[in-house]
Order: sequence, then C-alpha cells, then structure tokens
Amino acid sequence: MTLLRHELRQGRRALAVWTACIGMLIAVCILLYPDIKGEMEGMSRMFAAMGAFSAAFGMDRLNFGTLIGFYAVECGNILGLGGAFFAALTGISALAGEERNHTAEFLLTHPVSRSRVVMEKLLAVLVQVVALNLAVFALSAASVALIGESVPWRELSLLHLAHMLLQLETACVCFGLSSFLRTGGAGLGLGLAVGLYFLNLIANLTDSARFLRYITPFAYADGAELLTRGALDMALVLPGVAYTAAAVALAFRHYGRKDIH
Amino acid sequence: MLSIETHALTKRYGTARGIDGVNLAVEQGAFYGFIGPNGAGKSTTIRILLGLLRPTSGSARLLGLDISARREELLARVGYLPSESAFYPGLRVRDVLRLSAGLRGMDCRTEAASLCQVLQLDEGRKVNELSFGNRKKVGIVCAMQHRPELLVLDEPTSGLDPLMQRAFFELLESRHREGATIFLSSHVLSEIQRHCQRAAIIREGRIIAEGTVNELSHSSARRIVLRGEASLSALPGLRDMKQEGDSLSFLYSGSMDDLLRVLSLGHVKELSVSEPDLEEIFLHYYTEGGDGQ
Repeated sequence: MTLLRHELRQGRRALAVWTACIGMLIAVCILLYPDIKGEMEGMSRMFAAMGAFSAAFGMDRLNFGTLIGFYAVECGNILGLGGAFFAALTGISALAGEERNHTAEFLLTHPVSRSRVVMEKLLAVLVQVVALNLAVFALSAASVALIGESVPWRELSLLHLAHMLLQLETACVCFGLSSFLRTGGAGLGLGLAVGLYFLNLIANLTDSARFLRYITPFAYADGAELLTRGALDMALVLPGVAYTAAAVALAFRHYGRKDIH
Repeated sequence: MLSIETHALTKRYGTARGIDGVNLAVEQGAFYGFIGPNGAGKSTTIRILLGLLRPTSGSARLLGLDISARREELLARVGYLPSESAFYPGLRVRDVLRLSAGLRGMDCRTEAASLCQVLQLDEGRKVNELSFGNRKKVGIVCAMQHRPELLVLDEPTSGLDPLMQRAFFELLESRHREGATIFLSSHVLSEIQRHCQRAAIIREGRIIAEGTVNELSHSSARRIVLRGEASLSALPGLRDMKQEGDSLSFLYSGSMDDLLRVLSLGHVKELSVSEPDLEEIFLHYYTEGGDGQ
C-alpha cells in the first residue's frame, strides 16, 4: 500500500482545497437560509413558473419554502458541479499524470505490477472522493444544526449518497480515459463533467431527450427526482454502475499493456 | 550465466524505426558498455529490458528470467538509472528514497545515507529545487540503495561534475568487485574504455559491433601522422584526412608495404603510426556503418 499512501499524500492539498471550497459554499448558503426563508414562498412560485428553465433545474417540482427543497437546488449546483470537477480532475490525472510528469519511468521500474499500480491509484482516487463527500456531508449537517433547523437526515443522506455515486462514476470514467492519455487531460476531464451536467439539463427539458438520463450520472443525482421518489432510481444507477465497471476494466487492460515512453 | 540476454529484439513505432534484431549477451559480473549516438536505440533497448516498452518481436531475459513473464521478480533485483531522472514535486530527497525503498518493500535508510554521503547529496532538499546533476544523484541512490545484482545505467554521468563522476565510478567499481553486473549505456567513449570489459555498439537500431573493448579498439586501421611531402592520391584505404601546415594525419587501412613504398617516393621528415583510439573507431562505426574491421 506504499503507492496508495504516496498518492493520498500527493493529493492531500488539492483535496483540502476542494473540500474547503465546496463545504464553505454550501455552509454559507445554509447560513443565509434563515434570512431568505420568508421570501422563498414567493420565489418558489416564481421559479416554478419559468417553464423550460424550471424543468431543466427541477424547480417545478421542488419547494423552495422548505430547507431541503432549497438545499436540493444548492446542493445540486455546488456539490454536483464542484464535486464532479474534483472527481474528474482526480480521476483523469491519476495515470496520465505519471507520464506528464515523467515519473512513470521511476514508478514502473520498481517491482510493482502494472495492475497493482492501477489498483492502488484507483483506490486513492476513490478514497479522496469519499473523504471529500464525508467532510462536506458533516459540514452541511453541522450548518443546518447551527441555524436551528432539525437536520433532515434521510433526505440529506440520500442527496449526498447520490452525489457521491455521481462523483465515483465520473472519477472512474475519467480514470479509464486516463490510461489512454500521455498528458494531463485536465481539460478533457472538466469538459466531460460539464458535458454530463448539461446532458441532464437537456434530458429534463424535453421528453425526446429522456434517454440521456441513462447516460449521465447527474440524472440519478437530480435533487427534485430524489426528493419526490424518496430513493435512488436504480434504473438510472445501474447503467452508471456498468459504465464505471467498464471504465475500470478498460484501465486495467490498457495500462497493463501500454508502452511508457 | 548471462545477466542480460536478448534474441532478435525488435521494436517499431508504427513505420518509424526503434531497434531491429538486437542480440545481446552480457555475462554475470560483467562491466558492459552499450555505445551509440543519440537516437541509436540505446534507451529503447533498455526500456524494453525493464518492461516499459513491449517488443514488437524477439525475446529478452534478465538474470535468467523472462522480462514479460517475471517482470516484478527481476525488477526487485535490478537497479535502473534513467538518462533523465524525474521525481514527484514537493517531495524531499529522503521521501523519494523512502518511496523507492517502500515500493521494493525494503528499508534502505542505512545504505541510502551512506550513498548520499559519498555523493554529497542533502536528503533534506526538495527534489523540484535540485539541479539536473543533483537530481541525477537522487536517481543514482534510488538505483543502488537496494544493492541490486544488475545495474542498468542510461547515460549516468550527464550532469555530474568530474569529481562526482569519479566518485560515482568508484561506487560502480566497488559494486562490480562485489559481484554486481553493470550495464552502462553511454556515448562518452572514455567512460566505456576506462571501465568496461566488453561493449556493444548500436547504430540506427542495430548492433554493428560487439566484443571486448580491446577488440573493438584493435582495428586494422592505423592513425598515420607525417610531416613532409608525399603524394598519396593513388593510395587506397585512406580516410579522415586532416592537413595542418606541413603535417598530414589520416586513418589508413591498406597495406603497410604500399604505404611505405609511396612515402619513400616523397620527402618525409617525421612519421608516426599508432592505433586509433576508440573515439576514432566509434566515429568510423557511426559515420560509415563500419563492420568493425
């Protein structure tokens, strides 16, 4: 597990910065909630009447007047995009970063199998994504408690679980891509995360694009959908699990045979 | 037993040449030189031996083990110094050395400290703040701290000052005396001539000569330097001719009788005949695709 420890150590600063940024932004939104709570009833009606725009962000189905309704939109945007960016960047740089920094030669001339390198690097990515989510979850719950509201544990846990799954899928897909890259690929990772986010907006806009929900992980982390259903939609999660497994399998297969220049 | 053994090792990058049919046989305990200009295929050969590249065809064994089937097992017994050492930014020298030892499942702190002392390397420095030469030293310690049976060194002295080069070769000689096999890739001929027993010359991806350093140096060609006047135009076997004032220098691989006959017709004040040094032979191999004769 030397490599896992090394990876976690190398990534600790980025993890701390991303966790602080996402956690603080969510905390600030929650701390502002008591002040804007009274105005939310009217705003909720206004947001719900914005047609396609409301549908795209699920605001026609969420009640901004409740903390969890407000939180689902905030969480969807801050944790959704921020977390996906972190996951994408961590995943895409895991294997490709070694070649970009010319450290692959150092690493792979030690008696460590390629599959072990892939496994420990993947584990490091997953540990970092889970760590970020646990910290943000704790910070969110603490912020809710701080404003004197009772913590809606079930809904909060469901939202955060869905977002963690979204990030794990994004990280693994980027990790799979990373095995094919020789340079960093940060742009590709961020582009993929943004692309998947917009696919969900498009899927929410029109029935003819509903099939996109089976492609983007943002579909099963959609706050409005989750709060309405009260559970994860496994019909959307399972394809995501399949993409994740395929990307990881691809990483093991390709990196095991890859020429390191 | 052979420490390095390759059979018709070939690597192609699409249509581009990598190496072509490389055969090497390095005896256990040898101090072996691998000579060639930049882009000749030295690093490609080494990268295949260490499992970084997959050969297009051919086979290779290190320490008697197949490089693809027993990669981790043999890497545990090999130390490798790349031509350009790169490390993880933000780490201190001691962290890199510990990481390298940790990846081998070993604690090499004592040996690392001793090597750092010889090479005058400060373990507390951050690797990304080090000069090229000091990064090279970190690479040397990583390659040697686990006391490998086989050391594969790719252009090891680039970036090291002459004093450090001497300290480094003393370390290598000491490891060699203890039984380690040293495979030294270089284009610095004097290094090979001074330290290696055998060497292979690689040019455009092919081994063009292999033998003891003495054999490689012992060409039938001679370096002739003369002062005076002589008409050499009709004499075959001349090359690398240089005229400086009334002094003429050239490599001659023809008959000595013919040379003396031609010279006796002229007016020669001074004449010296010497074996060309390895550098000259090396250039001959490079520029003319010589056959080692």
